[in-house]
Amino acid sequence: MSHISPVLWQFLVHWLKQFAIFPPEASTIAPYADALYFALVGMTITGLVLVSSMVLIFSIRYSKDRHPEAVQIEGSTLLEATWTLIPLGIFLVFFVWGALLYFRIFNAPPDSMNVYVVGKQWMWKVEHPGGQHEIDALHIPVGRPIQVTLISQDVFHSFSIPAFRVKREAIPGRYTTVYFQAKTPGKYHLFCTQYCGTQHSGMIGWVYAMTPEDYRAWAAGSTSGASLAQNGERLFASMGCNACHSGDAAARGPSLANIYNSRIRLADGSTMVASEAYLRDSILNPSTHVPAGYAPIMPTYQGQISEDGLIDLVEYIKSLDSNYRVQQMMNKSEISSAQEAPVGNTAPAQGVAKP
Amino acid sequence: MSTIVSLPDQATAKLPRKSYLNEEYGIKSWLLTGDHKRIAMLYLMSITFFFVIGGMLAGLIRLELLTPPSDLMATDTYNKVFSMHGIIMIFLFLVPSVPATIGNFLIPLMVGAKDLAFPKINLLSWYLYVIGGIIILAAMVLGGVDTGWTFTTPLSTHYLNTHVVTAAMGIFFAGFSSIFTGLNFIVTVHRMRCPGMTWFRLPLFVWGHYATSIIMILGTPVLAITLVLVALERTINIGVFDPTKGGDPLLFQHLFWFYSHPAVYIMILPGMAVISEVISTFSRKRVFGYTAVAFSSVAIAVFGFLVWEHHMFIMGVSQYSALVFSLLTMLVAVPSAIKIFNWSMTLYKGSITFETPMLYAFGFIGLFTIGGLTGIFLATLGMDIHLTETYFIVAHFHFVMVGGMLMAYLAGIHFWWPKMTGRMYPEGISKVSAIVTFIGFIVTFFPQFLLGYLGMPRRYAAYPPDFQVLNVFSTAGASILGIGYLLPMLYLPWSLIYGKIAGNNPWQATGLEWQIQSPPLTENFTEIPVMDHEAYDYEWLANKTQHEVQTVG
Amino acid sequence: MLPGGVDPHAHPAFLRHHFESVAQQREAASFGMWVFLLTEIMFFGGMFAAYLIFRNWYHPAFVAGSNTLDITLGTTNTAVLIFSSFTMAMAVYSAEMRRKGQLILFLLCTIVLGLVFLGIKGVEWHEKYVEHHVPGMGFSIQDFVHPTNPKAIPLAPDMAEKTQIYFSLYFAMTGMHALHMVIGVSLLFFLVALASRGAYTEGHIMPIENFGLYWHFVDIIWIFLFPLLYLISRYR
Repeated sequence: MSHISPVLWQFLVHWLKQFAIFPPEASTIAPYADALYFALVGMTITGLVLVSSMVLIFSIRYSKDRHPEAVQIEGSTLLEATWTLIPLGIFLVFFVWGALLYFRIFNAPPDSMNVYVVGKQWMWKVEHPGGQHEIDALHIPVGRPIQVTLISQDVFHSFSIPAFRVKREAIPGRYTTVYFQAKTPGKYHLFCTQYCGTQHSGMIGWVYAMTPEDYRAWAAGSTSGASLAQNGERLFASMGCNACHSGDAAARGPSLANIYNSRIRLADGSTMVASEAYLRDSILNPSTHVPAGYAPIMPTYQGQISEDGLIDLVEYIKSLDSNYRVQQMMNKSEISSAQEAPVGNTAPAQGVAKP
Repeated sequence: MSTIVSLPDQATAKLPRKSYLNEEYGIKSWLLTGDHKRIAMLYLMSITFFFVIGGMLAGLIRLELLTPPSDLMATDTYNKVFSMHGIIMIFLFLVPSVPATIGNFLIPLMVGAKDLAFPKINLLSWYLYVIGGIIILAAMVLGGVDTGWTFTTPLSTHYLNTHVVTAAMGIFFAGFSSIFTGLNFIVTVHRMRCPGMTWFRLPLFVWGHYATSIIMILGTPVLAITLVLVALERTINIGVFDPTKGGDPLLFQHLFWFYSHPAVYIMILPGMAVISEVISTFSRKRVFGYTAVAFSSVAIAVFGFLVWEHHMFIMGVSQYSALVFSLLTMLVAVPSAIKIFNWSMTLYKGSITFETPMLYAFGFIGLFTIGGLTGIFLATLGMDIHLTETYFIVAHFHFVMVGGMLMAYLAGIHFWWPKMTGRMYPEGISKVSAIVTFIGFIVTFFPQFLLGYLGMPRRYAAYPPDFQVLNVFSTAGASILGIGYLLPMLYLPWSLIYGKIAGNNPWQATGLEWQIQSPPLTENFTEIPVMDHEAYDYEWLANKTQHEVQTVG
Repeated sequence: MLPGGVDPHAHPAFLRHHFESVAQQREAASFGMWVFLLTEIMFFGGMFAAYLIFRNWYHPAFVAGSNTLDITLGTTNTAVLIFSSFTMAMAVYSAEMRRKGQLILFLLCTIVLGLVFLGIKGVEWHEKYVEHHVPGMGFSIQDFVHPTNPKAIPLAPDMAEKTQIYFSLYFAMTGMHALHMVIGVSLLFFLVALASRGAYTEGHIMPIENFGLYWHFVDIIWIFLFPLLYLISRYR
């Protein structure tokens, strides 16, 4: 052993210690993904063994020395049918299996806690509903379904947490979501996996899965003082949105109370559900989906509000269940007063999403 | 009739006095040639040149990834290196590799024609390739391009200040070179077959290239127009792919992958075509299930157009459309499985010898099986979420492209080397290099599957230290692989002068190309052959050989 | 199939040495042209796909953009191009009939009509430039937010921004079409020169026939472009 150089030796020891062939199973979905993975690996090994044993056995048995004269065989429809239908059947099983998992990962249960993540060259900006902001880090409680709503401010990014077996692209101009539920507290890699320019490999961070108690402590300790909805309220006032969206019957804009997740009739006769994407799009491109009964007079706010600001506004609109506060805002001429407005029952509590 | 094949005694073989190689001399006779064989040689030299450049870039990538931080080069440089590696290897090596060299050389010979239908367009295609190649090299020399080979918008259009338009222009030219090759093949196969050469007497090599050509002519123009739109977006901001102007970056993805997914079949189908010939010849047996293999090529070409969205499963496409595309992707995997099983069954009751091309073909079967089956991982929706954009996908397509296509390419080059040059390659060292390539390949790319499942993202100049061990393996393997590729580049030119004289049919293969002198005459056939037997008819060959022996002796 | 490259050993002179017969050469050339046109369809297809999506998303912007185009010039151009297809068909017919003078005449007619088309297109593009409707060259949405035409419906500013997408596609599609016209007209000059030497009136009509196919294809593309770009919900 003394012949092995110390560096190499150290390397081997390091390797044996570090060796892993799959990442920690830290989310509820991970065991399901791993089960599918091992089934697929099993299929690959079976296929490989089958093909290579055919090649190997025939090569030995029918090598020229042992079998000097080839027997010409045309083919066999039965065999062709066999190796068409059996692989097809196996592949279809994986299709169904994979589809079930896919729908599970991309459709969050309704009681999930929503966290916004904005991708930007080259960092992840995380916005918790309670107003906690993080960069390149994501603190989440274990045992609670988390929905991450992603958007990119510039180019395509991709939000990947290998330990949770989830990944989703952050796309400029539209929201995408991914869902997971962490089960083991710990610190896990967060990667950007879509090539996004020079510092692509620097767009990494950590996900901290914490016990609910730790998480509450963290949330209380790192809040910026105002929830997303409160920030949104401020923005709503400063942009003058309340001038039209006052909730009055005679107002030029539709009332925004309880608009979130409601079905809206559009001017062209179709209907749409007012999702986050709809709300965001209506701020930037108001005339694409004009509600019935209103003129397309709203100006565009494209280029005037950052993605973070849009998230604040969307969260504010989501939290509106009456027009009381909007009207109150109008009565006070000063914006600063809106900041001091008491946190009503409509604003979500810190760190906890509105149910 | 006995079909025992004994290889001819090469000691008595002589080089023909006149062949396409010595018909005319001088650089002009090459640069203005219309002869498909000379154009194939021009292609062979130029793609080897680009392969060397692409390979050196690959070496740089592996060297950088030996250690976790980006210490060998800056991240910016690394990004340029992997982008150029992808662009060069895909557009300047893999796409033209087998079709433009071996295919160009052989398709007229195999269908019994004197040349491709449009010799001048064939030459034009080589010039377009060279122009495209020079432009891409210029982009690299002037400062490089760091979009990745996928040119993802809006990154490529608004966020980079490298030579994106130049590189796109180079690919545009290379694309038209590929379109013209495909056009020539299709017309030649349809209109230039010799008397008696029915569709089902065509060698499977021709079927594979026919399927490839369909993709080339239908897919490549979509890439061309997409690159034009990217260039316009970049230069004058037309907004079609720019979300801030109401454009849609996903539209770019759809258009790009509409070509670039079928393009992987452009890269693999010709390789499969080579393998069919090699397996049949060295087991002295007709390919098992000829029609199944022939139709599976066409099926791959057709289904290949209907699966592009599987590159975008996590990109915010409708979940229901993802379902459809996942299902179709499963379907496209079946014809490949059919081929693998038919090749394996071809060996059954054959009379197998293990020359270098056969070793490469065995390598192909093994590595392509892994590459193909790991494709199922990625077609499986729920699994794709975790695996896409990681080293798993890098390993997967290198297994198919390098383990599959490059093995097949080398199998083909060795197999037809005697026909192309009239001389044999040295058998011993070439077997060694086939085995070295195989081992080097496994060591390089197998660890990347594990890295991928561990979650290491692709295109990272620096990575967390947890991933180092497997990366060291990969880099070590790459150096072995490099030797495997270096050897043929040394002994093949050597054999041009010192190789044994091959004779007409050193492998006793049945294709029409083997029944004429090596290297062939400029006009291929002194008189147009009449195909009076099925493809891979070893009894016909034995009859013919016996007849020749009787008449001569 | 390009003209030239005459092999002295084969008869007739235009039969290339690698073809077995004139019929084979002719079939190959014609088939090759059709395959090439398939490629061309896919080339334009990418833009048609983009058009389809954006027209669905931003219909009002497409209507407004379309309505600023000059329908008289567009219709004239359509007529010019259809007529040029007729003269081209007559040129093919003349080549078949081996009438050299007539062939040259019809080819020249086609050139003139092609140039007229390009001229009118140039006028239309210039008009767009003056109106600041060229994306990337001082594009302005003023005309759509505050239209001067009393019949036009004003667009909201955000929708008016989307007219830029319409005009991008308009210029990309008509630009690519015009590029094909320019290539066609250049080839026509070449054909006229060779035709005047009698190259195509001795039975070797393939280049003329293939060029005819190309010309008709370019024409057909325009037949699709015209309604898609000019005729979206015209006023009245």
